[in-house]
Amino acid sequence: MDISLLLIILLVGAIATFLSGDKWASKIAFIFSLAAFGASIYLLDLYNNAQNIGFFRQWITAPRISLAFAVDGLSMALILLTTSLTPLIIFASFGNSYAKSKNFYALVLFMVFAMIGTFVSADGFVYYIFWELSLIPIYFIALIWGNGNPQSRRKAVVKFFIYTFAGSLFMLVSFIYLYLKSGSFLLGDLVKAQLTSQEQFWIFLGFFLAYAIKIPLIPFHTWQAKVYQKAPTVGTMLLSGIMLKMALYSIIRWQLPITPKAAKEYMIYLIILSVAGVIYGSIIALKQKDLKKLLAYSSLAHVGLIAAGTYTLTLDGLRGAVLQMLAHGFGVVGLFFAAEIISRRYNTGKISEMGGIRIQSPKFASMFMILVLASVALPGTFNFVGEFELLYSLSQRSVTIAIFGGTTIILGAFYMLRMFQKVMLGDKNEKLFADVTANEGIVMVIIIGVLLFFGLYPKPIVDLITPSLQDILLLINRN
Amino acid sequence: MYTLIAIAGLGVLCLIAEIFNGRKAIVPITIVGLLAILGLTATGFNATAATYNNMIVFDKFATSFSCLFILLTVFLIALTPSFHEKQIQKISDFVSIKLFLLTGAVAMVAFGNLSMFFLGIEILSISLYVLAASNRLSLKSNEAGMKYFLMGAFASGFILFGIALIYGAIGSFDMAVIQEAGNSADVEDWFYIGAILLSIGMLFKIAAVPFHFWAPDVYEGSPALTTALMSTLAKVVAMAAFFKLVSAMNVNLPESSTTALMIISILSMTIGNIMALRQTNVKRMLAFSGISHAGFMLMTLMAVSTSAGALLYYTSAYALAGIAAFSVVLYVTKDKDNEDIFNFNGLGKTSPLLAGILTCALLSMAGIPIFSGFFAKVFLFGQMLGAGHITLVIIAVINSIISVGYYFKLILAMYTKEATEEATPVPFVYHAVAVVSIALNIALGLYPSFLLEAMR
Repeated sequence: MDISLLLIILLVGAIATFLSGDKWASKIAFIFSLAAFGASIYLLDLYNNAQNIGFFRQWITAPRISLAFAVDGLSMALILLTTSLTPLIIFASFGNSYAKSKNFYALVLFMVFAMIGTFVSADGFVYYIFWELSLIPIYFIALIWGNGNPQSRRKAVVKFFIYTFAGSLFMLVSFIYLYLKSGSFLLGDLVKAQLTSQEQFWIFLGFFLAYAIKIPLIPFHTWQAKVYQKAPTVGTMLLSGIMLKMALYSIIRWQLPITPKAAKEYMIYLIILSVAGVIYGSIIALKQKDLKKLLAYSSLAHVGLIAAGTYTLTLDGLRGAVLQMLAHGFGVVGLFFAAEIISRRYNTGKISEMGGIRIQSPKFASMFMILVLASVALPGTFNFVGEFELLYSLSQRSVTIAIFGGTTIILGAFYMLRMFQKVMLGDKNEKLFADVTANEGIVMVIIIGVLLFFGLYPKPIVDLITPSLQDILLLINRN
Repeated sequence: MYTLIAIAGLGVLCLIAEIFNGRKAIVPITIVGLLAILGLTATGFNATAATYNNMIVFDKFATSFSCLFILLTVFLIALTPSFHEKQIQKISDFVSIKLFLLTGAVAMVAFGNLSMFFLGIEILSISLYVLAASNRLSLKSNEAGMKYFLMGAFASGFILFGIALIYGAIGSFDMAVIQEAGNSADVEDWFYIGAILLSIGMLFKIAAVPFHFWAPDVYEGSPALTTALMSTLAKVVAMAAFFKLVSAMNVNLPESSTTALMIISILSMTIGNIMALRQTNVKRMLAFSGISHAGFMLMTLMAVSTSAGALLYYTSAYALAGIAAFSVVLYVTKDKDNEDIFNFNGLGKTSPLLAGILTCALLSMAGIPIFSGFFAKVFLFGQMLGAGHITLVIIAVINSIISVGYYFKLILAMYTKEATEEATPVPFVYHAVAVVSIALNIALGLYPSFLLEAMR
C-alpha cells in the first residue's frame, strides 16, 4: 500500500468518467474523488504510523530516470488539500450543466491526478512531466467550457498556456543541467550536486521563471485575472485553489534546497518583489468592477505574501507559507463559489449589477460574510494563523518589509468589505435572488467549517508539517 | 543488403501485378511485404555487414534508420488507395514509386561509398519530383514538381561536385578511407571546398535556412500525401544521411564548421517558426514547422560522436507525429481546393477522435510531456548541454515556446469554432494510420530506452 494507489485511483477515475457517458459523468467523477479523499486519509494514517508509503521503480536506464514518489508531511498536507477540495469542487459544479460533461469531468480528474503527481514526485524529471501534464487539462477546460466572448477567451487562455509553458521550459533546462552535474534526477542526489554560485544563480533563475509565472508574482501575473474570469468556475477553483500551490510547494521542495546559496544571496530582492505583488494586487483589486477579477487580484496579493514567506528561509516563513497555502486554498475556493452562486442567479459578474442581496437571502449573506472575514485574516480563522506567521517571519528579516506586507490586511479589509457592501448590502435588488440550495449550502458550510476549525485548532497541521520543514531547512542551511 | 534488394523487388512486383490485373492486391501485398522486410532487417540488428566491396554497410545506424523508413513507408502506402481514390487505375505507379523511393532512402543511410550515396539520393529525389507533380491536371502540382526538380537538380549538382572534389583530395570514394585520411595526414584544401559543397546540397534537401525557399511552395502545391511524405520520410532520410556524412568527415573538419552549422541550425528554427506563425494554409504551416524541426535536428551535429541516439529518437518522434497529423489533414482537406485553417473549424465536434489525434500530434511536435516529442527535445537538450552549447539550448527553448503559438492555432480552430460543413464519413485507413502512429508516438514516450539504447 503506497502513494501510487492514489494516483491510480485518480487516473482510473478519469478514464471511467470519460467512458461513463455524459449523464453519469459528474456522479462517477464525484465518487472517484471521494475515493481519492478516503485513500489519502488512509495514507495519512499510515504516514502517521511511520510506515513507508513511498514508491520507487526504475523507468529509463539512460538517462537515469525513475518513477520515484516520496511523501513527507509537506506533501501530505498538500495531498490532503487537493483531495479534499476536489470532491467539494465537483459537488459544487452539480448546479451547472456542462456540454459533453464526460470530457469535462475526465479532464478535471486528470488534472487532479497530475497535480497530486507533482506533489509526490521525488524525481525531477517525473516531477516535470506531472507539472506540464497538469497544464493541458486546464487549458482545455478554460478554453472549451469557459464563459464570456470566445475571441477574448481564446486570447486569454492561449496567453496563459504560452506563459506557463515558457516558464517551465526554463525549469526543464535547469533540470537537465543539474542531471549532467549529478548524474541523476532524484531530489536526494540533486541537492548533493556541487554547484558554483554562478551555476546556482542560473539554475535558481530557471526555476524562478517557472514558479513566478505560475504563482504568479509581478511582473509575470498578466495572464491571471483574465483567465480566472473567463474559465468556468470549476477551472478557476482548481487554478487558484490547488494549481498555484504547486508552484509555492515547488519553491520549498525543489528550488530552495537545490540552490540555497542563490536563495540566500538574492533573498531581499525576492522578498521585495513578492511584497510588491501584495501591494500591487491589493491596489488593483480596489478598482475592479468584476467580482471574479477582484477575487483574482486579491488572490494575487495573498500568494505574494506566501511567496515572500517562503523566501525568508525561516521556519516560521515556511510554516506560515504552508498554513496559508491550505487556508488560501479553502478560502479562495469558497469565495469563487460564492461568486458562482451569484452569477447562477444574476448571470453577470459585474459588481455594479449586484447589490441588495442580503435582504433576500440572509443565509447566503452570512456565509459569504464569514468567507470575506476569513480572507482578510480575522483572528479565529485559518487564514489568520498563516498570515500572522508569515508577517512574523518577514519581520525577522526586515521590519520595514513586514510593515509593507502588513498592508495586505488593511487593504484587504478595505477592498473585500467594500466589495461585500456593494454586492450584498443596499436596497432590495429588483431581480429575485433565491437563497442557497441545499447542495450549495453543504459546500459553503464545509469550507467555512474547515476554515474555522483549523483557525481555532491548527495544531494537527502544524504537527504534520513542522518536522518535514525542519528537514528542508537543514538542507537549505547546509554548506 | 537483402533489405535493399527485397524492397526494389517488391517495387517491381507492384508493376507486374498491374499487368496481371492484381490491382486490388497491390496495397495489402506491399504492406505485408514491407512488414516482413522490417522484421528481417531488425533481426540483423547486431551484426555489421558490409557487402559489394564496402558499397553497402549495414551497421546499427543504417539498420535502425532503415527500420524507421520502412515503417513510415508502410503508413504512407496504407494511405495511398483512399487518397488517390479517383486515380485508382494508377495505384501501382503510386505505390511502386514510393517503394523505389524507399530503396533510395535505405541506400542513403546504408552507403559505404560516396557513389552509392549519390545513387541513393538521386533515386529518392527523382521519385519525389515525380510524386510532387503526380496530380498532372493541377497547375499547382505541376509548378511544385517543376520547382522542386529545378532546385533539386541544382542541389544534386552541388553534391556531385563536392563528391568529386573530395575524391580529388583523398583519392577514394570509400567512407572508411575518407575517415582514415583525416586521422593520418593533412588533407588537400579542396577537400574542404568539397565538404562545403556537399553540405550545401544536403542542407537544401533538408530545407534548412537559408536553403529553404523551395519548401513552402512545393509543400503547398504537391498533393497532400506527397507533402506528408516529404515532410516526414524525405526530411528524416536527408537528415540521417547528412548526419552520417558529417560524422564520417568530422575529424577532418575545422572548428569553424561547427559554428557555421550552429548558425544554420539557429536560423532554421527561428525563421521557420516565425514564418509559420503567419501562415493560414496548414500545409505551408507544417512546411515551416518542418524547417524549424530541421533546425532542431541539425543541433545533433554539434556532438556527432554521441548524439546518434538522440537523432534517431527525434526523427522517429517527429515523423510519427507528422504521419498522424497528416492523416487528419488528408481527411479534412479531401475534396477541398485549399488547405486553410478554417477547414478545421469545429472538427472537435464533428469527429472528436481525429481532432484528438491531431491535437496529440501537435502537442508532440510542440514538446509537451508524455508525447515522445517532449522526450526527444529533452534528450537533445541534454546532449547539447553536455557538449557545452548553452546558448544554443536557450535559443531552442525560446523557439519551442514560439512554436506553441502556431500549433495551438489549429487546436483552437478545432475546439472553439463552429463547423461550417457537415461531417463526411472518415475512411477506415485514415483512422487506422492516425491511431497507430500516435500510439507508437506515445509508446516511444513511455519507453524511450528502446530507441536510445539501440545506438549504444
